[in-house]
Amino acid sequence: MSRNRNRTWFFAGSLAFAFLLQLMPLPQSLLPLKPYWVGLVLIYWAIESPEHIGLGFAFLVGIAGDLLIGDLLAEQALRLVIMTFIVLRFRARLRFFPMWQQALAVLALLLNDRIVVIMIRGFAGDPMPSLSFWLSPLVGTVFWPFVFLVLDDLRSRLRVGDS
Amino acid sequence: MARNDTATLFAEGTASTLRLIVYLALAATLMVLDHRAGYLEDLRRAAGALVEPVYRIAALPADVARATRNAVVSQDTLARENRELRDALLLAQAKLNRLDALVAQNARLKDLLDAQVSLGLSVQLARLIDVDLDPFRPRVVLNVGSNQGVTVGQPVIDAHGIMGQVVEVLADTSIAMLITDPTHAIPVVVERSGLRTIAYGTGAIDRLELPNIPISADVQVGDRLVTSGLGGRFPAGFPVGEILSISTDASGLFAAAKARPSAALDRSGDVLLLRDQPQPYGAPAPIDEIGPPRELAGPAPEQKATPRAVSGERQP
Repeated sequence: MSRNRNRTWFFAGSLAFAFLLQLMPLPQSLLPLKPYWVGLVLIYWAIESPEHIGLGFAFLVGIAGDLLIGDLLAEQALRLVIMTFIVLRFRARLRFFPMWQQALAVLALLLNDRIVVIMIRGFAGDPMPSLSFWLSPLVGTVFWPFVFLVLDDLRSRLRVGDS
Repeated sequence: MARNDTATLFAEGTASTLRLIVYLALAATLMVLDHRAGYLEDLRRAAGALVEPVYRIAALPADVARATRNAVVSQDTLARENRELRDALLLAQAKLNRLDALVAQNARLKDLLDAQVSLGLSVQLARLIDVDLDPFRPRVVLNVGSNQGVTVGQPVIDAHGIMGQVVEVLADTSIAMLITDPTHAIPVVVERSGLRTIAYGTGAIDRLELPNIPISADVQVGDRLVTSGLGGRFPAGFPVGEILSISTDASGLFAAAKARPSAALDRSGDVLLLRDQPQPYGAPAPIDEIGPPRELAGPAPEQKATPRAVSGERQP
């Protein structure tokens, strides 16, 4: 019972922490490098515990993200729904990939996410962003193993004794 | 496990295509509606009680880091900084004293000209909340909101010039768009030659763009740009930037210049919100008392042109 509650708290906490990281200020020169933390954490949960993550959940997380960070309602909702859909579709394979392959898959996901962003902003009439726009997925890929290992480690600690 | 695998591979589980289409359609609808009507701001205002604390919490680590740095900074550095600040204050004080004389002189001259424009400044101090909303859409979050009387459209300035304008107001927080935002444009005038043009944001924090200057116009590298007051959003006379380079644009019909914003967009911690609405611009109203004094001239004329009405008509 309490283990279950622990897991729920951990689940919610990891997402909340991702949002805080997303909002966290960085020196000006590092700003374009900031990875899409919310996306990374959501990918992790979609791979590891798909029974909790549906498209509807991703949509709600995205709406929350738009409330906090967004400029256009449902922009992040759309991005996260697409991301989650792809992860859930290929979950069986992604899960057993070695880490470097998984990281490459995450790079593809994040690049796809960037393309979605460009499409949305293009429709909304924003000008094209600069080249540094494409750096964030690369940084996200580099951080992915750490995100994965840290979350995995914390999660296994929270359910010691659980087979 | 094998059964589980087949289930995810071939069954339409939680990630069925139909669901995807439904959610995509929902998101697209919301986006279009929001783009037309701007519901997100209303929604964010309604959820302000939830959103504002998150901004404050996200800014905490940076605040703590700054506080720690202040606490452990050496005596030496403090003394040097103190000396520099005292020098700067002295200089500013001297300038102010001269300015006082100028203001008095200006007031006298204006009385003579009967001009209606006043340069009085009513401002409100605000502090930036150190969060980053989106690196590719330069926005800053301020710690004052509608409870402190902030309204959408108020210009934001720092000690060196115009920073941007308030685009969204929550209860105790507001969000300002910087002049370097790619969707921002500000009417400026070249201080030296009086040429009017428009400075657009580029998305880069230290660049403005002036894409349509007539090729024969008098613009030089190093020229200062100040707000022109046209458009009615920013009051006239605040520094905006300095021309860095001039080239011709792709069509060869216009000169395109790049400028550096004067405001310390990436460093300012405290900013000022201008309270006054922009002053009426245009020529001063015609003087309606020409001729003999009123008591000798009989009944007053019917229409009395007030300066506000005149300038109101001229607004685009």
